[in-house]
Amino acid sequence: MSHDTAHALEHPTSTGLDNRKLAIWTFIGSECLFFASLISTYLVYRPKVLQRGIGPFPHEAWTSPTGQHFEPILEIKLVTIGTALLLFSSLFVVIGLNGAQRGKRAQMLGGLGATILCGMFFVGMQVYEFTHFVREGLKLQTNMFGASFFTLTGFHGTHVTIGVIWLITIFILALRGQLPKEKALNLEMAALYWHFVDVVWIVIFPVVYLMK
Amino acid sequence: MVSRAAAVRRALPLAPVLLLLLLAACGGGYPQSTLSPKSDFTRMIDGVFMTTVYWAAGVFVLVEGALVWAILHFRGKPDDPEPTQTHGNTTLEIMWTAIPALILAMIAVPTVRAIFRTYEQPSGGNVLQVEVTGHQWWWEFRYPQYGVTTANELHVPVGRTVSLKMGAFDVLHSFWMPQLGAKRDVFPDRKTTLWFRADSAGFYPGQCAEFCGTQHGRMAFHVAAEAEADFDAYIKGLQGTGAPAPADSVTGTPAVAATAPSGPDTTAGAKLFLTKGCTGCHALNAVKFSRNLLGPNLSNVGARKYIAAGTLRNTDENLARWIHNPQAIKHGVLMLNLGLTDDEARTVAAYLRTHTGR
Amino acid sequence: MATSAVDHAHTHASASHGPSTGLWSWITTVDHKRIGILYGATAFVFFLLGGIEALLLRIQLGRPDNTFLSPELYNQLFTMHGTTMIFLAVMPLSAMYFNFFIPLLIGARDVAFPRLNAFSYWVFLLGGLFLNASFLFGAAPNQGWFGYANLTSKQFSPGLNVDFWMLGLQILGIASLAAGVNFFVTVLNLRAPGMKLMRMPMFVWMSFITQILILLAFPVITVALILLMFDRFFGTHFFVPSGGGDPLLWQHLFWIFGHPEVYILILPSFGIVSEILPVFSRKPLFGYAAMVFSGAFIAFLGFGVWSHHMFSTGMGPIADTVFSLTTMLIAVPTGVKIFNWIGTIWGGSVQFRTPMYFAVGFIAMFIMGGLSGVMHASPPADLQQTDSYFVVAHFHYVLFGGSIFALTGGAYYWWPKMFGRLLDETLGKVHFWLMLIGFNLTFFPMHIVGLLGMPRRVYTYPAGLGFDIYNQIETAGALLLGVAFLVFIANVLKTWRKPANAPADPWNGATLEWAIPSPPQEFNFPEVPTVHSRDPLWELKREHGGPLPEPQHVSGAGIHMPNPSFWPALAAVGVVAVFVSLMTSHRTGAIGVAAAISLLFFSVYNWAFEPA
Repeated sequence: MSHDTAHALEHPTSTGLDNRKLAIWTFIGSECLFFASLISTYLVYRPKVLQRGIGPFPHEAWTSPTGQHFEPILEIKLVTIGTALLLFSSLFVVIGLNGAQRGKRAQMLGGLGATILCGMFFVGMQVYEFTHFVREGLKLQTNMFGASFFTLTGFHGTHVTIGVIWLITIFILALRGQLPKEKALNLEMAALYWHFVDVVWIVIFPVVYLMK
Repeated sequence: MVSRAAAVRRALPLAPVLLLLLLAACGGGYPQSTLSPKSDFTRMIDGVFMTTVYWAAGVFVLVEGALVWAILHFRGKPDDPEPTQTHGNTTLEIMWTAIPALILAMIAVPTVRAIFRTYEQPSGGNVLQVEVTGHQWWWEFRYPQYGVTTANELHVPVGRTVSLKMGAFDVLHSFWMPQLGAKRDVFPDRKTTLWFRADSAGFYPGQCAEFCGTQHGRMAFHVAAEAEADFDAYIKGLQGTGAPAPADSVTGTPAVAATAPSGPDTTAGAKLFLTKGCTGCHALNAVKFSRNLLGPNLSNVGARKYIAAGTLRNTDENLARWIHNPQAIKHGVLMLNLGLTDDEARTVAAYLRTHTGR
Repeated sequence: MATSAVDHAHTHASASHGPSTGLWSWITTVDHKRIGILYGATAFVFFLLGGIEALLLRIQLGRPDNTFLSPELYNQLFTMHGTTMIFLAVMPLSAMYFNFFIPLLIGARDVAFPRLNAFSYWVFLLGGLFLNASFLFGAAPNQGWFGYANLTSKQFSPGLNVDFWMLGLQILGIASLAAGVNFFVTVLNLRAPGMKLMRMPMFVWMSFITQILILLAFPVITVALILLMFDRFFGTHFFVPSGGGDPLLWQHLFWIFGHPEVYILILPSFGIVSEILPVFSRKPLFGYAAMVFSGAFIAFLGFGVWSHHMFSTGMGPIADTVFSLTTMLIAVPTGVKIFNWIGTIWGGSVQFRTPMYFAVGFIAMFIMGGLSGVMHASPPADLQQTDSYFVVAHFHYVLFGGSIFALTGGAYYWWPKMFGRLLDETLGKVHFWLMLIGFNLTFFPMHIVGLLGMPRRVYTYPAGLGFDIYNQIETAGALLLGVAFLVFIANVLKTWRKPANAPADPWNGATLEWAIPSPPQEFNFPEVPTVHSRDPLWELKREHGGPLPEPQHVSGAGIHMPNPSFWPALAAVGVVAVFVSLMTSHRTGAIGVAAAISLLFFSVYNWAFEPA
């Protein structure tokens, strides 16, 4: 978000890519390993979840020693809607970016606003899901599913939240007219990050919610 | 001047290599040495190791030799003319990629063969099964075929294959018997295995090799490889500690009169042992005792050569010192100072020394 | 975020280029050379600290059944020695060279993100202080530098020791990742015209590969440390078997990071040696392309060998075989490097100046470390060697005989460029010989005593196992190593008093940094150079028909350099404050974390909207 973007564009770098764009790509590459490790951890513990017999479980019904019956805890319908909105938000951010690059203010603000709303819905859905789980008796400490589920989806949710804050910042800049065509890169970087967060969810969603 | 100094420098690392090879030949005075294998298992490992040593020594001499020769032969002065500017040599570079690969193949073949052997799990009626459990900071040995348990001193018969099934009570440890079975890590949540057949009688030290907390450095044990008859007697003795109906089957503390052999009066010691908290962690019965006791089984402690997991020689004096103030000898050990006076400690020690499992 | 400084040859009115001094100028500096010096000075202090820790350990082991150190203190010291040397000494000493020399070697005016660079340094400094602050609480980390679960669980390590370690490493990881992004972009994007990838100096190549390793390896340890943190702070059981966790997962995650980490420690040193050898042999690096590709191949294989640290865990014959073969395979590109270094010397006109001593010493010692490495690539042999002093000997031959020799050689080589003063040659050679002898006395007997059955990380050993004499020799050698570094310090102090009048090109260098004054002016190059070959300065001198005239200081008017900024340092304080807050009790911890994150956001926003 520097004010020197214009200069960088005037003086091509060795690769022709803007430094900041290359940096975001580099950061995303590094983040891939972060999520790969979290997803691997989830997969290592997924088959062991039932071993100790303490529920609730993701896809399995469970009766507690006190005779209480629990259905599988994951709410696949709700999360499918959240997933769909998150995927659409990737489209919206592309529309917004296109607007920014071509200097079309309404398109930029509309696309950006829709993206932010989708992101906020996703975060809200996750807050609901987490509180619902805790009320149902599944906490971070309850069993290995609780631990690996909350850790994996929690870190993804944190990434979404940071993305929303980033996009809101740019939205405010754009409202104030501080995002002219030449500075569309500022939005492009946030958009790249946003796409990455979506793509990670495309991996997490089937692993956690669909794979039994 | 420079060249002579450089020559000396090159020769320096060679001297210890020769020393190392010399050591490999003789193993006297080094009871924990990996270089004097005393079982089929460690002989096999030693064979692989020596293969790597010979190749490494050859490569070492050639490559360091080339380096020394180059720096001596090509030394120049600042005003010498610029040397021929070469940038590489494809033939040479292919050669020194291929030759090391071939040498590695020479090491890889015996390696892979040996890997599969290390994972064999010997079975059959004659195989001695031992269950090893690592505790902070001592070792428990159970003979499931004979129903007895002991600690810190593992007896095995010479010439009979021993199959170890190993785990840990608390944290990770690693069971290392350099002369008999190399090492394998032990875990609280999974079992690992090792096997070996001792080929000569002896008293072999070993110790924990995975850092496991404060007293990792003092988590030793011994393996006594002995004749079959001696081993049978040893097992019978251990079984004997459980023979009389114990007064207290939970702690496994036998009735005082039942096991205390004739000899010095140990009633006072037995009483202290029962009343001062010793039985909270230790059993004197090798057959029946609670599996949740934190301390080593003491059924044949009187006959062991060392106490406190290889820390002290087992003498009246040392055992009394240990009972009086274990924290002074092995700080951080889970055995607390029980507040016994010097005299009380001596009395308990004398009592324990009568428990020889014979 | 900042953009490249290099591209700003604008006619802005810019900050004056006169030397600004004072503490504030150092806290707010974004000059890669100053940050490099900060990295170097800080890392050297930590290096001395780690060295003192090592000496205390050696004194304790000087004789059997010694009581010089309690077991508790010994365990803290060996953990801190390893952690310090890896994360606070060797990595940041390499970072010193990345900072100071990557821009100079590629013909750039600064790194791609000067303020991010300052941020990395401050996070590193505060992280190092955080780790060492544990000593003040008598609770230094005490579980070994690879912190195997489940000893690190709350049940078996109830104190603050492990907390300091896991949080400290996370802080340092942030510094490394930020620097990794920065230098990755710098190398790719800020090369001078004509500096194609295959014309980059070998140090730049090896550093570039190191950044890739950092970027791919550190996220994995971050996850492992986060899981451990959840276990310890929030009661999960990721590594607690009694709750269904698996301690072996820690080992996998740790070594997926840990093995690339050893290449992170050695590759920059490969690069330094590859700069020194050609200059002092007066002959280009032999087999440049093979050197690049072998470095890349080593890094690639480095991600496929992690389980060779775990042969004794009993992974099964197939896994053992696979990891054994991939490990042996790494010896091939490593061998190529060694042969190419010898090939560089071969046929040259070898000038025996101090940097060359260290470079040759590096090759000689690294060969030995490599050979012992091949020995425990064989899992059956490793069943004896792992966790014994043989392994301690091995990794000191590669990390001390390798990295430290090369980093020290680099110091003698680049000192004149960094500070405008040549180090004393005689003292330098005394330093070298003391270090070589001390090093071999300390670490060679460890091979033997390891094979004789001495495990690592034991605070003492009984008499009668035959360990005594070797340990005595090792202790004597360690003291000699201490003396060697005292000679180095004496050398620095002695030459510091002399005027800073080193020539721009004291060694007849081949690379761009020797074309500009020593020390360089703030903007490095008055004019961004154009590069036509791999050894641009040699080419220039050849065209010129002899040594170039001494470059003169120029005014630099019209060259826009990034402004100093306070926000990176404040953001670093915010980051570290988050972790410090986590150490405190739940309620104050939550308030502290909230406050720290606010500070972080405040700094980052100010940073982002400040004109660069």
